[in-house]
Amino acid sequence: MNSVIRRVAALVAGAIVFVVAAAAVAAPSGQPIRVGGTLALTGPLASTGIVHQLVADIFVSEINKKDGLLGRPVEYVVKDDQSKPDLARTLYEQLITVDKVDLLMGPYATGAILSAMGVAQRYNKVLIHHTFGIPSLAKYDAHFPTWSLGPDPATTFPNTLFDALAATAKPPKTIAVVTSKFPSVHFMSLGAREVAKKRGLNEVLFLEWEFGNRDFGPIAARVKDAKPDFVWVGAIGLEGNQLLDAMKKIDYAPPLHFHMYPAPGPMITAPEAKGALAATIFEEHQPFLSNPGAAEFVKLFNERAAKAGLGYTGVETQAAASYTAWQVLAAAVTATKSLDDKVLAEWLKKNKVDTIQGKLRFDGPSNYGDDLMRVKQVQNGKWVVVWPKSAAAPGVTLQTN
Amino acid sequence: MTGFPSGTLLAQSALSGLFVGALYGLLGLGLSLSWGLLRQINLAHFALAFLSAYLCYQLSAVGHLDPLLTLAIIVPLCFAVGVATQWLLARFAITPFNSLLVTFGLTVILESLIQGIWTADFRKLESVYGDTRFRIGALYVPAPELLTLIVAVALSLAVWATLRFTDVGRALRAAAEDGPIAEAFGIDRRRLGLLLAGVSAASAGIGGVCLALSHTLAPAQIYSWIGVVFAAVMMGGLGRALGPLVAGIVIGVSESLTMAITAPSWAPLVSFSLLLVVLLARPDKF
Repeated sequence: MNSVIRRVAALVAGAIVFVVAAAAVAAPSGQPIRVGGTLALTGPLASTGIVHQLVADIFVSEINKKDGLLGRPVEYVVKDDQSKPDLARTLYEQLITVDKVDLLMGPYATGAILSAMGVAQRYNKVLIHHTFGIPSLAKYDAHFPTWSLGPDPATTFPNTLFDALAATAKPPKTIAVVTSKFPSVHFMSLGAREVAKKRGLNEVLFLEWEFGNRDFGPIAARVKDAKPDFVWVGAIGLEGNQLLDAMKKIDYAPPLHFHMYPAPGPMITAPEAKGALAATIFEEHQPFLSNPGAAEFVKLFNERAAKAGLGYTGVETQAAASYTAWQVLAAAVTATKSLDDKVLAEWLKKNKVDTIQGKLRFDGPSNYGDDLMRVKQVQNGKWVVVWPKSAAAPGVTLQTN
Repeated sequence: MTGFPSGTLLAQSALSGLFVGALYGLLGLGLSLSWGLLRQINLAHFALAFLSAYLCYQLSAVGHLDPLLTLAIIVPLCFAVGVATQWLLARFAITPFNSLLVTFGLTVILESLIQGIWTADFRKLESVYGDTRFRIGALYVPAPELLTLIVAVALSLAVWATLRFTDVGRALRAAAEDGPIAEAFGIDRRRLGLLLAGVSAASAGIGGVCLALSHTLAPAQIYSWIGVVFAAVMMGGLGRALGPLVAGIVIGVSESLTMAITAPSWAPLVSFSLLLVVLLARPDKF
């Protein structure tokens, strides 16, 4: 008799485990939650736009493999803004009024985000975005930046960088500031000039070039002539490589050089970029990999980026900020069990969100939280964070030779 | 802050301008020929140059061919594309203005093709030429740029000599001057047009290989060369073989010296300011 009871009990327990397990991996059902956005899939910003597309694809496919959002599948409605802010404005209008998406996801780059922000404000939609470079321009109270620059990065980040340099055995005494006039790097360079001056660095050269400049030879020659201890390169995308390449051609290597937002792949593969410094919010090592979801995301991104034929398959600022945006969106929807923009905005302003960058908050000026930008360096063909010490890769320090 | 730039800085900058100007001239050569002699404003010339640059990258980086050897494949391929495009434009009797629109469409298609194959990510060809440079006194001369200059000069001179001293060249110039009269003298305008379009496209292929040797590639960069190369072509005179090279070098050196002496952000003003001056000084040439 006891053995019969035990068998029945075992069967019931097994059934319960099966039902619970099945529920835990149940596929989402019902009408999809449609998240609309644009990305620069063609045009001059496309090389980065495709990174954001890949991240979105990963996030959506992974969340749909679980139970979606609120038990419903997620669908990303993405349109190509061709790297044009004016087109992004039209497309966001279309996403809201014609496609009638439930939620918005920001486009890539400051100009397009600013355009999208205006549209979001007109329709009272929450806009979570990943790559807005000039916090002071963001005036809408329901925008939520996931690139954790802090409200005044032009002051806070140069201080972080100069702290890193000051901690080296031979801190630089002279500086050359050379910069693109691309808005989101230009204002950082002007900030760096001010901070450098306050910290007593002697500025031996200041140069600006138009974004899209083709000939970096004369700029390289001027830097060589100025003989600075440290070069701040206000460069975005390929500009840093172009300048270093031009320097190599005249047999010059700057003692220490920092690049604001370089294309990560070309810079680690170029021999002349050895020791280059740059800003980052995430790299593929500890302590970042301990952040929620980071290790899994890095693995998936590495695989998918290689399959997609991207030149650089690692996760750094762009992919991390992009994934964070999706994490923030999902956290707000899950916590509030709502798709109501007002409810989501209120929750985001009051709560911190666990992300692969760490905990993000949106309760500071212009909804910005802390400046989580770190200093990274090319070492042994890899990007590694070197400053602050709390975020540095294990056993790694800033190399000056 | 620095005072007036040193002689070495000025000379190195002028050299840099000379090299970039040679590339303007090389890219402008085919454009000038098809515009001046065929009356086709071929925007797809730039896309073809970039397609060639990507092919060079692919054949060298993946196929392990010497970048210069890729010319043996790229040049005939571009020639064929040029002939096919000209055949199409002639078949539908496309006017010069409409050729601008048609070839712009073709450029967009080629850009999409490049992005589809190589993605929008940056591609850089690492070759032995890239690391080679020569030293003349205090000045440095990088090998890829020197090669571009030599190729641009040689090609421009060869085309100039062909147009000036050969029967084919005379026929081409006659057909451009007055097509019906030329035909009355037995010149086959159609076949000459196909030949010239092929040669122009082949020059784009050579320009593309030079681009791949010295520049990092991205599909959208196709458009960043159009303005300044157009300026070089217009300054150099339409249908002239040496004009784009000379004008390109003038623009390149002026831009570089501007960057060396004043703010580099003023450099883009130079090419178009020079173009305006030339247009005002020689309105009869356009």
